[in-house]
Amino acid sequence: MEEVAVKKTSEIEEKEDPIVVYKDVHKSFGDIEVLKGINLEIKPAEKLALIGPSGSGKTTIIRLLMTLEEPTSGDIIVNGKNLWKMEKNGKLVRANEHHLRNVRGEIGMVFQHFNLFPHMTILENCTVAPIHVKKESKEKARERAIEMLERVGLKDKLHNYPSQLSGGQKQRVAMARALVMQPKIMLFDEVTSALDPELVGEVLEVIRDIANTGKTAMVLVTHEMDFAKDVADRVLFLDKGVIAEEGTPEEVLQNSKNERLQSFLRRFRG
Amino acid sequence: MRGFNITITVLIASAIFSYLFAFIAGLCRISENPIIRHVTAVYVEVFRGTSLIVQLFWLYYAIPMLFGIQLGSNWWTGVIAIALNYGAYMSEVVRGSILAISKGQTEAAIALNMSKFQRMRLIILPQAVRMMLPEFGNYTIQMLKATSLVSLIGMTDILYYGDIIRSSNLSQAPIVYFLVLIFYFLLALPLIWLTRKAESISKKGVASG
Amino acid sequence: MKWNWETFFDALPFILPGLGVTVGLTFACYLFALVFGFFWTFLRRIPIRTINWTVTWVMEFIRSTPPLVQLFFIYYAWPMIPGIGVTLSPFTSAILGLGIHFSTYIGEIYRSGIESVEKGQWEAAKALNFSTVDKWRKIILPQAIPPTIPMLGNYLIIMFKEVPLASTIGVAGILLMANTYGARNWAYLEPLTIVGIIFLLLSYPSAILINKLEKRMNRRFDKEMAFVKEEVKNA
Repeated sequence: MEEVAVKKTSEIEEKEDPIVVYKDVHKSFGDIEVLKGINLEIKPAEKLALIGPSGSGKTTIIRLLMTLEEPTSGDIIVNGKNLWKMEKNGKLVRANEHHLRNVRGEIGMVFQHFNLFPHMTILENCTVAPIHVKKESKEKARERAIEMLERVGLKDKLHNYPSQLSGGQKQRVAMARALVMQPKIMLFDEVTSALDPELVGEVLEVIRDIANTGKTAMVLVTHEMDFAKDVADRVLFLDKGVIAEEGTPEEVLQNSKNERLQSFLRRFRG
Repeated sequence: MRGFNITITVLIASAIFSYLFAFIAGLCRISENPIIRHVTAVYVEVFRGTSLIVQLFWLYYAIPMLFGIQLGSNWWTGVIAIALNYGAYMSEVVRGSILAISKGQTEAAIALNMSKFQRMRLIILPQAVRMMLPEFGNYTIQMLKATSLVSLIGMTDILYYGDIIRSSNLSQAPIVYFLVLIFYFLLALPLIWLTRKAESISKKGVASG
Repeated sequence: MKWNWETFFDALPFILPGLGVTVGLTFACYLFALVFGFFWTFLRRIPIRTINWTVTWVMEFIRSTPPLVQLFFIYYAWPMIPGIGVTLSPFTSAILGLGIHFSTYIGEIYRSGIESVEKGQWEAAKALNFSTVDKWRKIILPQAIPPTIPMLGNYLIIMFKEVPLASTIGVAGILLMANTYGARNWAYLEPLTIVGIIFLLLSYPSAILINKLEKRMNRRFDKEMAFVKEEVKNA
């Protein structure tokens, strides 16, 4: 199988302003502090991989960005705008729904359990958001949806329902659905973990393809170490709520001196 | 035979109003506003905790007094009583179905940047309604049975006419009432069939758990 | 008519004695329904198609027609059954009428409980060579019934609320007392409100209790199920 090498964005200008910044972000669920001060910058079109043991907080990091959870303290800046806070009479207060929606449009997410809408066809799944959220015309939305579905290889399933698709197909639809909204940054939450092994490959192919077109920043929370090495510009190892190790894939996955990271990686070498 | 008219009109009106109440109350119960939530909860618990026949009589006497209106016939009293009673039960079904839609659906809708209203309208409610249909069907059949109670406040439904025949001819009583039962059953049959159909619709097209 | 507190307190002692009858009738109907329910359940399990079909339709007929009419039917029809020249007391008619009506629901509950028992249990029972009686007593019923208890509890409350229907054939429960008082004194609002309050006071806490019971049962049930499954696996 010929694999096209993924263009690494390290070749692209380093001086661009980051599109996402986490400033000392903490998140607690009740008494349990899951994120203990995260500082992170994501450049446009950068591809990040987040790895770490369960409970380390890696999923929480992206859920905060997608506004599915609220930070207990700290700031998340998207494209220069504070995500969870807004200006009111010159002061920073908690953002309202309106503000969230304004900033959220740049972010897209693909879930571990697909979360396709079961009462809509594949095509409808991909057009409902452009039509109602972006107020695109029905024809335009259909056009772009079909284009995207073709890109993920599902053009012949336009009028099927999610229940008729395999796991791998469902995940590909989920990605098309998110891409149709043209987000600046795409979040992937362990998107292959719920799939049968033989279906993982087709999904990874699509992710690789997205990475190749270069324009979208991506954050992948994943256990697929080899894939991460291939696609990511930077790898972050999360442990117990902090970024324990950060660097290029070679640095983190092969040459790390971190004990915990090494024992974690050993589990995947088999 | 003559009572059909009343029975059916009461049923249809009650059904429509009760669905209305059910949705309003169900949605109110999951509102973020605690006042709305609690006031609705009181309504639901009061009407679920008391008996329909008691509610019927109570309204029959209370409405003229409270509102000073003499409602021409007792048609509205009957409809309101049945609608309020079953609306309360069905609001629980509404609430339960909405809550049962998996969280992932809401999250996917958020990820696509839909507003709360859009989430409800496009994603949650279509799935929730499918789930509710069988229970709504069951309750509608119960409402059909409940209409027989309006004969007690003097409305001329099927049972009322049955009673008249019985009081003029006691020996015919069993046959008369048996016939009345048959009439109700015949009316119920289409509803039963619809409910069965609703059950199979609700099986497909829903993401739950 | 305006609200009159005097009437309220005057009616109270008149109505309360009816409570005994109302509650008594509730339990009587409930017990009848619980027992008669088994009758339906086992009838439905008879493998002969015609019987099965007839039973199902009879059950549906009883469930889908108004209990009020069924009450009247039994009250007026019973004396006419050849051989029984005696009129049935309102109380007894109510037990029969409401009892039979609700026994169909109870029967369904039993049935769903039985069907929820894993197929493997039946097979294990066969493999262990259980007699039919023992199979039901030791394996099937102990697993089928507990999860249905909350539903069964709910029906007690439901029946409590349906029992006032019996006032129409003369059972002296709280509703009849309230209406009698009302007719005599031309003041219906207060006595009926009393009845409503009594119902609320009794049914609401019961509903909460049943809820708690359900949560407790779910926990206990999971533990027991795990135990039973282990036993069967090791058998």
